[in-house]
Formats: sequence, C-alpha cells, structure tokens
Amino acid sequence: MCRVVDLRQAVLAKNDERAVGLRGRLAEHGTVALNLMSSPGSGKTALLEVLLERALERGVTAAAVTADLATENDARRLAASGAPVKQVLTDGLCHLEAGMLSRHLDGWLPEGTRLLFVENVGNLVCPASYDLGETSRIVLGSVTEGEDKPLKYPSAFGLANLVVITKTDIAEAVEFDGPAFHRHVQQVNPGVPVLETSARTGAGMDGLLDLLLEAADGAPVHQPALAHQHQQHMHNHDEAAHDGDEEPHHPAAVPT
Amino acid sequence: MHELSIALAIISQVEDAARRRGSAAVAEVRVRIGELAGVVPDALTFSFELAREGTLLADAGLEVEIVPARARCPSCAVETLVGVPPDLWCSHCGEPLSQLLAGRELEIAEVVLEDAGTQGGTQGRGDGRSGGSGGSEEEAEHVPGR
Ligand SMILES: Nc1nc2c(ncn2[C@@H]2O[C@H](COP(=O)(O)OP(=O)(O)OP(=O)(O)O)[C@@H](O)[C@H]2O)c(=O)[nH]1
Ligand SMILES: [Mg+2]
Ligand SMILES: [Zn+2]
Repeated sequence: MCRVVDLRQAVLAKNDERAVGLRGRLAEHGTVALNLMSSPGSGKTALLEVLLERALERGVTAAAVTADLATENDARRLAASGAPVKQVLTDGLCHLEAGMLSRHLDGWLPEGTRLLFVENVGNLVCPASYDLGETSRIVLGSVTEGEDKPLKYPSAFGLANLVVITKTDIAEAVEFDGPAFHRHVQQVNPGVPVLETSARTGAGMDGLLDLLLEAADGAPVHQPALAHQHQQHMHNHDEAAHDGDEEPHHPAAVPT
Repeated sequence: MHELSIALAIISQVEDAARRRGSAAVAEVRVRIGELAGVVPDALTFSFELAREGTLLADAGLEVEIVPARARCPSCAVETLVGVPPDLWCSHCGEPLSQLLAGRELEIAEVVLEDAGTQGGTQGRGDGRSGGSGGSEEEAEHVPGR
C-alpha cells in the first residue's frame, strides 16, 4: 500500500532559518555581515585587503572570514591588515552554509565588530543558493572575465544587493566592454548599484566602503527582483520548515 | 557541485517525514525546481541516485518538475515568462519587473510512502496527517544533518 503525502517543504529551509537566526544575533551585537561572491580569482581577497586597511584607518571595526576548499593563504594575506581574520576550510564543500558560518563565529567574532566581511568560496553557482545572514550580498566580476558573466550566472548576479567590477586598472589592456557588462547586469537585476574598483590603484574603494557603512547604519539596500519570490516564501514557510526539522533550533534573536 | 548537498537535504527531510508517519520505505519523491533556482536537474538526479543508497529512499524514484520563471510588471500588470537567462524588463511598457512570481522554487512537493505492514498500522490511510498526534511519538528521534 502506498500513500501520497503533500509535503511542500523548501529544501533549503534549514539553511534559511539559520540565516535568519544569525542575522538577528549579529544585529543584536551591531554587526552587519557582507557576503562576497565571485568566480575563483576575481579579486575578492585583494579587495578585502584594501577594504580592511581603509576601514581600520577610519576607525571602523572590521573583521573577515574567508572560505576556501584548501590552504590558509587568503587568511594570511588578510591578516596583514591587522584586522581579526578567520580561515574556514570547507572540506570539499563548494559553498558556505549559514550553520557553518555561525559555528565559526561563535566565540571568535570580537564584540563590537561593525563590518563582518565573509569571502565565500570562489564559485558563482553554488554559493548563490545559500543565505548566510548577510545584510548585503556583493557579487564581483573582474574585467578579465568577459562581459557576459552576469548572463551566464544569473542567480549569482540576479540576487546581488551590490555588484562590484574589479581590476579596472587593466580594463583597457583587456578591452573590457563596460557598457555591455552594465547592460547585462541590469538585465538580470534591474536597479542594482554597480561600482568600479581596483585593488591595485585603490580606485573606487572609499566609495565602496562609504556605501557599506551607510548600509550598516540602516540605509535601504537594493532588493533584487529575483529575491522577491524567496522573501515571500520566507514569510510563509514556517510551518513547512518545522515539519522537516528535528534538529534543535537556534532561537532567532529577532522575531521575524 | 551543490546538487549533492541538495540531494542529501532532500533525502534527510524525506526520511524524517517518512519515519514520523511510520513508513519504512519511500517509493517516490516529487520535487519542484524553478528554472532560476541554480540547480541542474540532471546533476540532481545523478546525485540523488548516489546518495539514496542505504536510506529509506534506496528504491525511491525522483520526479523533477521544472517551474518556468514568471514575473508581473508592477506598472502595467502584464505577466510574462522571463526566460533563462532572465530579462527582467517589461516588454510591454519598459519598466523593471520587480516581482518574480515563480522560477526560484527548490522544494519537495510530494512523497509517496509505502505503508509499513509490520508496524501494526501506526496510522490510518489517507493523507498521512490524519493521525491527529502528527506522529509525535517520533519527535524525540534525532536525525543529525550531514
Ligand atoms: N591588476 C590587478 N590585479 C588584481 C586586482 N585584484 C586582484 N588582482 C589579481 O588577481 C589574482 C587573484 O586575486 P585574489 O584576490 O586572490 O582573487 P580571489 O577572488 O580572492 O580568488 P579565490 O579566493 O581563489 O577565489 C591575483 O593575482 C591578484 O593579484 C586588481 O585590482 N588589479
Ligand atoms: Mg580569495
Ligand atoms: Zn509593464
């Protein structure tokens, strides 16, 4: 005998729930998380090296978590800024999950941290599905990668709260077609702000930091069209999530 | 390849649901995947077939329903299929389509459970929720994530 059971559960409900909990706990401590995503080698670590340094110069407390499949190289590079840095080795996993991040922050994240940068695993596919409790998701594309990246990876660019073009110092040498890149970003994510930066020359870095600090102070963050459906899910998936979740819940610090 | 993570999450959630309803085997799992969910159906099926071994889903089939991405224009209210990669601008009035209605689904819709004959019929037939208690005798059972 068989019976059909109507489950209607979001597959990533557990991650989404943990992300909501983590976002709440961070908010209680005045911390905002920034989730940096890009292909391998687009310049996430280089960007963070400069941002951490500038944040500290301005007296802003900033910390960084960097995730890689292997090696602690990125953490070593970032630690040179003097900011607290933690390396997460994902043990073969191609993305960070909210529970994983949360465990690494427990007992490590210094009290009073304003900006928490999270460098995701270099990958434009998998990390896009996992909310990490960030206030802003920043997706990077370097001038060397081709103008159609946003169309090839629409979930990543389509869910970005902010898009950053990196390595603009070599844009001319590689004949980067800026207008085409902007057009493609806007096709999948109408209205998303796009900033141009170079870690080499420092161009655009202060503007980027300004924007992040404004977001940390509560300025409205761009809401991507692709995220719209997800947010609606989040409001009514409660029941479904509990159906499948027998693990102890982290109590959400902020009721949602 | 996060399809493996996704397959493992599906299997763990379906096993929980089956146990809670006193079923010892799952015959089929029906999932809905939006075309903009960032999941490759073939890779998911492949991962599922690897990961189901030794679980209550060992003999379960996976049926994947692809959900087309649709959006409604906030200005002219026209509903359109946005395609892949999506074009999130209204082809009628040129305004941005700020409301995606469908296309990001990643959900377990239904499961087909085999009734466990040997367990003395823990629950009646029907939709599986008719037991009243919701199978609370199973609630204490802890099934760790991966
Ligand atoms: N010219 C130029 N090169 C850059 C810039 N930013 C990064 N690079 C170079 O690009 C390469 C990759 O930079 P990373 O910062 O390691 O990139 P990543 O995104 O952190 O890489 P993964 O962590 O491996 O995914 C390095 O050789 C950097 O020196 C830039 O602004 N200009
Ligand atoms: Mg790096
Ligand atoms: Zn319109």
